[in-house]
Amino acid sequence: MGQAIAFYTLAAFILGFAVLVVTTKDTVHSVLFLVLDFLFVAALYVLLDAPFLAVIQVLVYAGGIVVLYLFVVMLVNLKRPPEAHHDPHRRTKLGLFLAVAVLLELGAIAVYQTTRPVLSVPGAPMPVTGNTEQVGWLLYTSYLIPFEIASMLLLVAMIGAIVLAKREL
Amino acid sequence: MFDTNELVLNMGPQHPSTHGVLRVVLRLDGEKVVDSDVVIGYLHRGIEKLSENRNWTQIILLTDRMDYVAAAINNVGYCETVEKLMSLEVPRRARYVRTILCELQRIASHCLWVGTHAMDIGAMTVFLYAFRERELILDLFEEFCGARLTYNSMRIGGLPLDIPPGWDKKVLEFCKIMDSKIDEYEELLTHNRIWLERTRGIGVISGPHAVALGLSGPPLRGSGVPRDVRKDEPYAAYDEMQFDVPIGLAGDTYDRYLVRMEEFRQSLRIIRQGTEGIPEGPIVGKVPRLIKPPAGETYHAIESPKGELGYFIVSDGKSTNPYRFRVRPPSFCNLQGLRTLIKGHLIADVVALIGSLDVVLGEVDR
Amino acid sequence: MIDQFVIPLLKIVIVLNATLVAVSYMVLLERKVIAWAQSRLGPMRVGPYGILQPVADAVKLMIKEDITPVRADRWVFTAAPIISMVPALIVYAVIPFGPKVSLFGRQVSLSITDVNVGLLYVVSVASVGVYGIILAGYASNSKYPLLASLRASAQLISYEVAVTLTLVSVVLMAGTLSMVSIVDAQYNGRVWFAFVQPVAFVVFFIGALAETNRAPFDMPEAEQELTGGFHTEYSGMRFALFFLAEYANVIVASSVATTLFLGGWLRPFPNVAMLRFLGFIPSWTWFLIKSFVFLYIFIWVRATLPRYRYDQLMRLGWKVLIPLAIANLVVTGIVKVLLS
Repeated sequence: MGQAIAFYTLAAFILGFAVLVVTTKDTVHSVLFLVLDFLFVAALYVLLDAPFLAVIQVLVYAGGIVVLYLFVVMLVNLKRPPEAHHDPHRRTKLGLFLAVAVLLELGAIAVYQTTRPVLSVPGAPMPVTGNTEQVGWLLYTSYLIPFEIASMLLLVAMIGAIVLAKREL
Repeated sequence: MFDTNELVLNMGPQHPSTHGVLRVVLRLDGEKVVDSDVVIGYLHRGIEKLSENRNWTQIILLTDRMDYVAAAINNVGYCETVEKLMSLEVPRRARYVRTILCELQRIASHCLWVGTHAMDIGAMTVFLYAFRERELILDLFEEFCGARLTYNSMRIGGLPLDIPPGWDKKVLEFCKIMDSKIDEYEELLTHNRIWLERTRGIGVISGPHAVALGLSGPPLRGSGVPRDVRKDEPYAAYDEMQFDVPIGLAGDTYDRYLVRMEEFRQSLRIIRQGTEGIPEGPIVGKVPRLIKPPAGETYHAIESPKGELGYFIVSDGKSTNPYRFRVRPPSFCNLQGLRTLIKGHLIADVVALIGSLDVVLGEVDR
Repeated sequence: MIDQFVIPLLKIVIVLNATLVAVSYMVLLERKVIAWAQSRLGPMRVGPYGILQPVADAVKLMIKEDITPVRADRWVFTAAPIISMVPALIVYAVIPFGPKVSLFGRQVSLSITDVNVGLLYVVSVASVGVYGIILAGYASNSKYPLLASLRASAQLISYEVAVTLTLVSVVLMAGTLSMVSIVDAQYNGRVWFAFVQPVAFVVFFIGALAETNRAPFDMPEAEQELTGGFHTEYSGMRFALFFLAEYANVIVASSVATTLFLGGWLRPFPNVAMLRFLGFIPSWTWFLIKSFVFLYIFIWVRATLPRYRYDQLMRLGWKVLIPLAIANLVVTGIVKVLLS
């Protein structure tokens, strides 16, 4: 009961802030609402008994990535006139397309979950206890290849960013 | 992809490290100075024009207000110029005392410089240490003439009064204290890694370029030009003193710092020689009751702590005030170099460079 | 009921108040210590030896006019000091001041809570603190604060990497992220981690100086360069919050350093029976003494060193400290595997 109340309160906040993120006119304010959103998502993780994920959520998203967003928003002149394009409704169309895609995906997941039973954690039973240890164990056993691919991807992105930034020098 | 704008930043006149009321308008690319505009005049009191309406003795106290951290040197420079104009003979005792006072004043001025310069770069302890020693010099001056900042301590033809009894011993005692204190400042700064990184290679200016810009004093000697009025055109009793003129090699902020630190020691050397060798005799030469220099003009320069301090005076030979009075203030001429020095450096270096030129705005604006 | 709500609440109240008092007295301590370093007396007028100075400061700041610049972003301008103060305070939730002690017949642990991911919590909360500075610079709508806040955030982000990497080597040594267990690991290992991880210790300390914006890395508020830094436009109580946040962060850094590297609440040589007589000093006192040593060094450094330039600071962070921390981490890992 208590958990349900907590969940619905958090969910309401998360959705509310998410709406504010896209409706606020001032970009900096919108980024700030995004931070709040991330913090509440972190709280949701705590509720799910995943403190490690919650802390990482705050550390990486709220403390790292959004700071970079803020930098960009603060430093880049956003008041440029929008460049002319042959299709003025291009953005609306793109938005609609993406929204439909996300909705379809969510629907698919919902259908899939009701028809198929929830899969248990693949692989052998974990020899470790504790949230952090379990995450570590899974990352380095069952999900080793996705983990490595993700790191490769990040490395490539990093090198790409450096090359782009250094081109002028 | 994105348009980058230059940022125009107004530094001063109410900025904590522009040493008074200097205003520097910086054009920044990020934190790098692309160009700058040095604006002066916030402390202009019209001293030169005022002097044309004062009699020759009254002007001495106006000169106090120019370089107010080295007032006695301003007095000496003015009095000697008038003496040169009137071809007055100054007694040897007076010349010796003048030399001692000048060098004490140089130390006081350099104390203020090392304190504020270090403070600009973030080392705040040196500031208070240096002020502690400056206080001792001010005490000596107070004992000599009763004032601590604006001394009015010279008269045309000599001194207003003789040194008090026992004063010379106190001066020697001070020299002994100061010796160890200079080492103390150097311990905190000279070999400090951060200090080296902040001052080495910052604001490099070559010797010929420094001459072309009209720099003088430590900024010029830091670039390796051995020009010191005390050596080249001796005045007061400097021709009887043994001292060296330190010069730098690289012409950067660090060398200017080293030059001034060595000047501390050379000044102490001069003070010791002077105090031990004060001759007996009168303190004022044969000065007429009414000071009225003959018609003519003269320029006379002395070495102030900031550089070459020159006075150009025209007398019409009839009135009791100068016809034209003009000062060549070292701070003003050194400040000309600032724009060249800070180009391409960061904001943090701007304050370091203002400090390393050691300007006093009272002298710049007069 | 009592165990679940009353005791934690009591602990929170005590720790928060103690912290706030400590922060205000940290200001006095700093002024006094720097004064002694500079052969002055420091505050002497308010109360004997100036011990009531923090009270006078607080009263002064509270009755000062609170000015918001006309073109400022009002909401963000108000929120910024709060955002920078809160993370500094909530870190204390996981800092252990002592082991479990029995108090009035009840087992009470001397920490508000001991979560499984304590150390990560500290790091993540600290990473949120940067918002206060960025937003203050942005919301003031003024050039000096903007420049300062850019410096500050770039500095914080870069040094956080180095600091976090050193923490990872500590975690490797202790095998846990819980703050209490890290102290226990030092007890069981019979040595403070400062001695087995000297490189991590030094890098952590330098990084902590930079992360708390203290001299010689106090660029964001370099008075001589950027007038007041990111809080140039602030006055009154909002300024006081920034001011307190800085000192609260210094105390947090000292507490974390004590816990991770100096054995937290443990007395010196906790395993040597001969020194058991030292046990009459309660554990939390040892914690305070060790933290105090750190605070003193923080102040001492400020009184001694000049300030780094911004680009030099970045170079030091990225080209010296981070590689050093990574190398240390790798070596620690290898040694750990070889020994086990």
